[in-house]
Amino acid sequence: MTFRIPKCSTFIAAIMMAGCLVPVMALAGTASSPQKEILTRYAAETGGIAALSAERGREFFMARPASGKSETPSCTSCHTNSPFKAGQTRAGKTIAPMALSKTSDRYANPKKIEKWFRRNCKSVLGRICSAREKGDFILFMTSQ
Amino acid sequence: MTKRMRFLKILCILSVVPGIYASTASADERYRPVQNERVLGECGECHMAFQPQMLPKRSWERLMGGLGDHFGEDASIDPKTQKKIHEFLTANAADSSWFGGRFMRGLDSNSAPLRITETPHWIREHNEEVPESAWNRPNVSSKANCPACHRRAHLGDYDDD
Ligand code: HEC
Ligand code: HEC
Ligand code: HEC
Repeated sequence: MTFRIPKCSTFIAAIMMAGCLVPVMALAGTASSPQKEILTRYAAETGGIAALSAERGREFFMARPASGKSETPSCTSCHTNSPFKAGQTRAGKTIAPMALSKTSDRYANPKKIEKWFRRNCKSVLGRICSAREKGDFILFMTSQ
Repeated sequence: MTKRMRFLKILCILSVVPGIYASTASADERYRPVQNERVLGECGECHMAFQPQMLPKRSWERLMGGLGDHFGEDASIDPKTQKKIHEFLTANAADSSWFGGRFMRGLDSNSAPLRITETPHWIREHNEEVPESAWNRPNVSSKANCPACHRRAHLGDYDDD
């Protein structure tokens, strides 16, 4: 069996730290949404919301690392190079656009997000993605 | 029209209707639409959730044992969900009933193909009737893209075209 719970302790720690951050954000007057909560979680692992960068997220999305499996050299090979366009799986199934403004239920379910980062990072990069890479990516896509 | 003819006509219509009904009912029986939420959610994201009646148990066992490298992709899921899906697929496999499904036809008793598109039955159905050019249509892109040609594939209906 290949499934492993990745960094369980880190994850719990992240949730606990996120719990501390939520009141801070509420104080700052930020409206809460599932997407913001998820961003806050990743940020908590990597130096806070201010340490995330949408521009780095864009670069990460557009890059062609080709260090994973040959069938999937880049994120764009399935998601296209536009966050606003529908993509396609290798078996020809349509993937809804990645931009939050186009697909309003994206980045709302932590379990779904973690599952796809785990799979897609392994396929494209040949390794897991860091909390910062994940945070950057979601920050970029939720701003699109 | 005589009374007798009208009677025959009605009799004729009455006998055709159950015939049509029976044939569609049996088509549904062959490949039942997948309604299991777990399977739809975990096996219907990258392609349609294929009907389990299209592969034998031993194929599903092989496939479920290797989700970490699933046709070059990581399709792994958590162990609990995996077990439930495994149970569903094997319980409804092509060889799960005593009469044997169509997809058992021509299959060696020791072969366990990982692809529906590599079973003798699928190959026979498609070699004869599908022109080479159909596979190259841009919206098809893969043999495993059943819904591109069978619009009612998710209902287990492959008879429509
Ligand atoms: C082999 C095709 C493929 C590749 C390559 C791929 N993805 Fe995906 N991705 C998918 C599919 C399929 C889904 C699930 C369907 C959906 O959410 O619409 C998905 C979903 C996601 C999600 C979850 C979105 C949500 O709504 O929660 C994220 C995040 C994601 N991908 C990020 C990436 C990143 C980052 C890369 C590159 C490192 C990448 N993907 C490469 C196919 C791919
Ligand atoms: C991460 C994406 C992904 C997920 C999730 C996924 N698959 Fe697949 N599957 C693929 C790819 C890619 C192929 C190969 C498609 C091709 O050759 O065009 C494939 C092919 C298949 C085939 C063979 C199709 C044929 O050619 O006859 C079967 C059967 C199959 N998958 C079953 C499953 C089952 C069961 C699950 C759920 C446990 C599942 N898949 C989940 C990506 C996925
Ligand atoms: C390029 C188009 C195309 C693709 C893709 C395709 N098929 Fe077909 N299929 C056909 C045609 C054409 C026929 C023959 C006409 C008919 O009987 O409907 C057929 C026949 C069949 C039949 C026999 C129908 C009957 O009368 O019972 C089955 C079952 C079937 N396909 C299943 C599948 C499955 C499962 C997939 C995906 C793994 C698939 N097909 C992919 C075109 C396609």
